[in-house]
Amino acid sequence: MNGVHDMGGMDGFGKVEVEPNEPPLHEPWEGRVLAMVSALWYARAWHIDDSRYAQESLPPQVYLAASYWWRWALGLQKNLLERGLVTQDEIAAGRSLWPGKPLARKLSADVVRTRMPRGNFFREQQGPARFKPGDRVRTRNIHPQTHTRLPRYARGKTGVVELIHGCEAYPDSVVTDRGDDPQWLYTVVFDGREIWGADADPTLRVSIDAFEPYLEPA
Amino acid sequence: MADHDHDHSHHDHGAPLSEIQLRVRALETVLTEKGYVDPAALDAVVETYETKIGPRNGALIVAKAWTDPAFRQALLKDAPAAIATLGDAWRVGVHLVAVENTPQRHNMVVCTLCSCYPWGTLGLPPTWYKSAPYRSRAVKDPRGVLADFGVQLPKETEIRVWDSTAETRFLVVPMRPAGTDGWSEERLADLVTRDSMIGTGLARTPAELAR
Repeated sequence: MNGVHDMGGMDGFGKVEVEPNEPPLHEPWEGRVLAMVSALWYARAWHIDDSRYAQESLPPQVYLAASYWWRWALGLQKNLLERGLVTQDEIAAGRSLWPGKPLARKLSADVVRTRMPRGNFFREQQGPARFKPGDRVRTRNIHPQTHTRLPRYARGKTGVVELIHGCEAYPDSVVTDRGDDPQWLYTVVFDGREIWGADADPTLRVSIDAFEPYLEPA
Repeated sequence: MADHDHDHSHHDHGAPLSEIQLRVRALETVLTEKGYVDPAALDAVVETYETKIGPRNGALIVAKAWTDPAFRQALLKDAPAAIATLGDAWRVGVHLVAVENTPQRHNMVVCTLCSCYPWGTLGLPPTWYKSAPYRSRAVKDPRGVLADFGVQLPKETEIRVWDSTAETRFLVVPMRPAGTDGWSEERLADLVTRDSMIGTGLARTPAELAR
């Protein structure tokens, strides 16, 4: 979706402000939100891209006004409600009013401390890769109404395949309940002037990681 | 949390802090009573990101790459496999790519669509990395962003920006500062700042470290 989350190349947000000696988390509630979401990913309640999509779907003014972790909290609540894992009256009451639904597994402190690696998004390949490093490709000019990982600034642009990562779960499919639909993933690099025009910094090169359906031969 | 029709403007989180704390606590109670989450597991997640995983992890990897040519080569070829040789404590996952700065090329990492960041090697991202100014400008005006960080590079240096649009995470290996011959990995790691591994900074010099 062409949402306000897709910020690459937007103007007007001002300077980057750095907080010296910033702690990992500022408020206790931020850590609780991070941990609840982590636990529900582990429980396979939903996919990480469902979390991203829930945030992207917030009204633009809410997205921009919310802090990072508050956006996480809003996305968490949205996914819980959409899946019927909690109800609005339970959120209002602050306690469980109905039995919970079964989830695949439950995160324990032991798992966190001993063996909670990052998720693995590689999937079995469904066919040979269409492109190889060095190939010239053009990104498709697509504007799906739902979640995509092809940023607006990089649509309809010609670049070169630099890396091929493997076959991975395809976010555009995952969030629309069409399953993992594994797709080859490539790093595609563009000249800055291809994206930003002739006046762009001639030393700039920008890459994205692009799933195969985003690409066509150039 | 869906209730946004009254004035929240007096706090920069987008909602008043006490109200947020109460709502998040209420949500945790619901999820706990439903049997979805174990509060002890949540404590462990927070503890992990507050005390165990941070930029020091990445700094030790970079310092090893600076001192061990075989490790450097392995890291640039297949970062997860190279890091796995350092021991079981590393949990960087399988989607990490290390990219090396050279006199000809400076790398910078961003996620324009959300805030993807190499948590396993750098911990949780700083607020600026997740902010609209950084996410909007890094791909279009990286030299301007570098100026915000007080960094100026030669005008002929290639600036390569990696937009983290999938699950691949990128770790920048900054250039080793001069005057550090014979330094131990531990001491070298003190030069490797978080920002130098994102690409918005350079490794500290021995003189900067002494200050």
